[in-house]
Amino acid sequence: MTTRIQAQGGLKVFRRGPDLFRILCGVASVLTVATLAWMVFEITHQSLPAIHKFGFGFITDGRWVPNRDAFGILPFLVGTSVSAFIAILFALPLGLAVAIFLSEDFLAPPIRQFIRFTVEMLAAIPSVVYGLWGIFVVIPLVKIFGQWAVVTFKGVPILGTLFAPPAYGNSMLTASLVLALMILPTITAISRAALVAVPATLREGSYALGATRWETILGVLLPTAAPGIVAATILALGRAMGETMAVAMLIGNSSRLTSSLLSPAGTLAGLLANQFGEADGLQINSLMYAALVLMALTLLVNVLGEAVLRYTQRQTAGIR
Amino acid sequence: MISLATHFLNPMKPSTLTQLASFAVLALAAPSHAGQLSGAGATFPAPLYQRWSVEYNKLHPDVKVNYQSVGSGAGVKQFIAGTVDFGASDAAMNDAELAKVPANKGAVMIPATAGIEVLAYNLPGIDNLKLSREAFVGIFLGKITKWDDDIIKKANPGVDLPSTPINVAYRSDGSGTTFIFTQHLSAVSKDFADQVGTDKSVTFPVGAGGKGNEGVTALIKQSPGTIGYVEYGYAKGNGLQMAVIENKSGNFIKPADDSGAATLGHMELPANLRAWPVDPTGADDYPIASLTWLLLYGKYADAAKLADLKGFVEWALTDGQKFSTDLGYIPLPAAVVAKSQAALATVK
Repeated sequence: MTTRIQAQGGLKVFRRGPDLFRILCGVASVLTVATLAWMVFEITHQSLPAIHKFGFGFITDGRWVPNRDAFGILPFLVGTSVSAFIAILFALPLGLAVAIFLSEDFLAPPIRQFIRFTVEMLAAIPSVVYGLWGIFVVIPLVKIFGQWAVVTFKGVPILGTLFAPPAYGNSMLTASLVLALMILPTITAISRAALVAVPATLREGSYALGATRWETILGVLLPTAAPGIVAATILALGRAMGETMAVAMLIGNSSRLTSSLLSPAGTLAGLLANQFGEADGLQINSLMYAALVLMALTLLVNVLGEAVLRYTQRQTAGIR
Repeated sequence: MISLATHFLNPMKPSTLTQLASFAVLALAAPSHAGQLSGAGATFPAPLYQRWSVEYNKLHPDVKVNYQSVGSGAGVKQFIAGTVDFGASDAAMNDAELAKVPANKGAVMIPATAGIEVLAYNLPGIDNLKLSREAFVGIFLGKITKWDDDIIKKANPGVDLPSTPINVAYRSDGSGTTFIFTQHLSAVSKDFADQVGTDKSVTFPVGAGGKGNEGVTALIKQSPGTIGYVEYGYAKGNGLQMAVIENKSGNFIKPADDSGAATLGHMELPANLRAWPVDPTGADDYPIASLTWLLLYGKYADAAKLADLKGFVEWALTDGQKFSTDLGYIPLPAAVVAKSQAALATVK
């Protein structure tokens, strides 16, 4: 190796002249960071009047009444968190199951490839199409379920609260279900890549010790691929929290705080999309403040995710 | 074709360079060319304004009107900033906004067309549902929750109303439609004024929100038992059922071109032409109606542009009104047109 490089004129060949590539990369990364900093600055700057007026109470106040200059985002904060959480609740088991299925040799490679391609295609569908599909397909189904659920779970302790009447079609449940579908490809694609990357020797070792396929999957493959699966979940959670169009079309855009999944609710991103166009004065400042909170929430999720990722990486370092 | 190709294949030829330069100058100058008028504002009258633009262009091929429906609020902002030749707003301009227009320009508000809002609902088999003032206020305050409530029954004798819950649909985005609707309900009921109030976006105690007229229309169409407020043209175009609602005189009025025209005909307009028939008193007035305004500057520096703009607005106020009905708008009554024309004459 060394002799070949020397034959070409030594390592110095690569160091001659200005390193254009390095400069380009450097400028690109500085620009990216600067753009983000600029956005944060601009949003913070514009939200200052609202920050001064409402302070921390903005987050704990449950009333958003533009014509009374009362602005509190608790219902939207809860809406964003709950819809993302329910979406993960549905999408993680499903996405992981698809990822396992596609990383094993249950099917012939061309068919696996086809299914993989189809699932990943879900990520390419525009948000507004998910919204329309939700209106025409998911809403009628949720309405049927809702009418059944409010009768069946009436008086049952927790379920009775979660499925309290009146049952609307445009509801938290509808939005969460469509969100789950939207984040499915993220979870599947990254988890599958992590599972495929598990060294073949581990699998062979497990079989050699007499483990069945399912014991191998659950006891060896999944723990080894855990960092990748965690990363997939965080990315998916981030997408679910920031999703705007489809959610605004399906969630019913209400600013009332309810415990029922069958009631209309609202999210921060939806609030911004709905009200920014015609907002004025303090309402604009408050919307900017809401945007700031949404950014902080996303940052928090990413930091937590990073911490969990590092922890799982440490835990599984020995077996990889 | 060949000559053109060789022409451009020889980039050193001075004439080519001059030509390219003149192309560039033309391209840069195009937006401020005299025949171009740019406007922005309300979404509600946008289909009519765009139709006017097309029809006027057929008559006057040298004048091109470009109207962007960005919303009333954004339209007023652009008008104040001076980035458009005219603005448009469903809520005209309030005094604070008028004060922001540079004093050397000034603003003139010209009613250009009008519309009514309907309570559209979805109750299969029950057409022309009558809603008293007490009933529709109660529904939007969440006090009346079932279709067979006594208050609704009272106005609809002999109609077999279902005992199903009432789902309310409202606009989730800030909108002049919500402003006009809540303004009327606040005038009808003190409770509504206290609990909800009047604005472009308010917080209703019940219901689900849809984005835009189309969002509310979707909510109503999807679920039997839903009621919401939409523009008349939208409800008509989508075949929605429309409620017959009680006016101040106690008469039940069907939303239609003539009942809307009656309301506008009875309106008193102040000097600045900014007024709403908040709760019209005429016996046959449809109760929820509004004008929508074009916003012009008092003075234009460019004489050619001024002539084009005045020509267009004059035509819109007269010949242009005949396109209103087809698109679901209410043509302006003659008295309002006369006042609009007088206001237009002050633009210099």
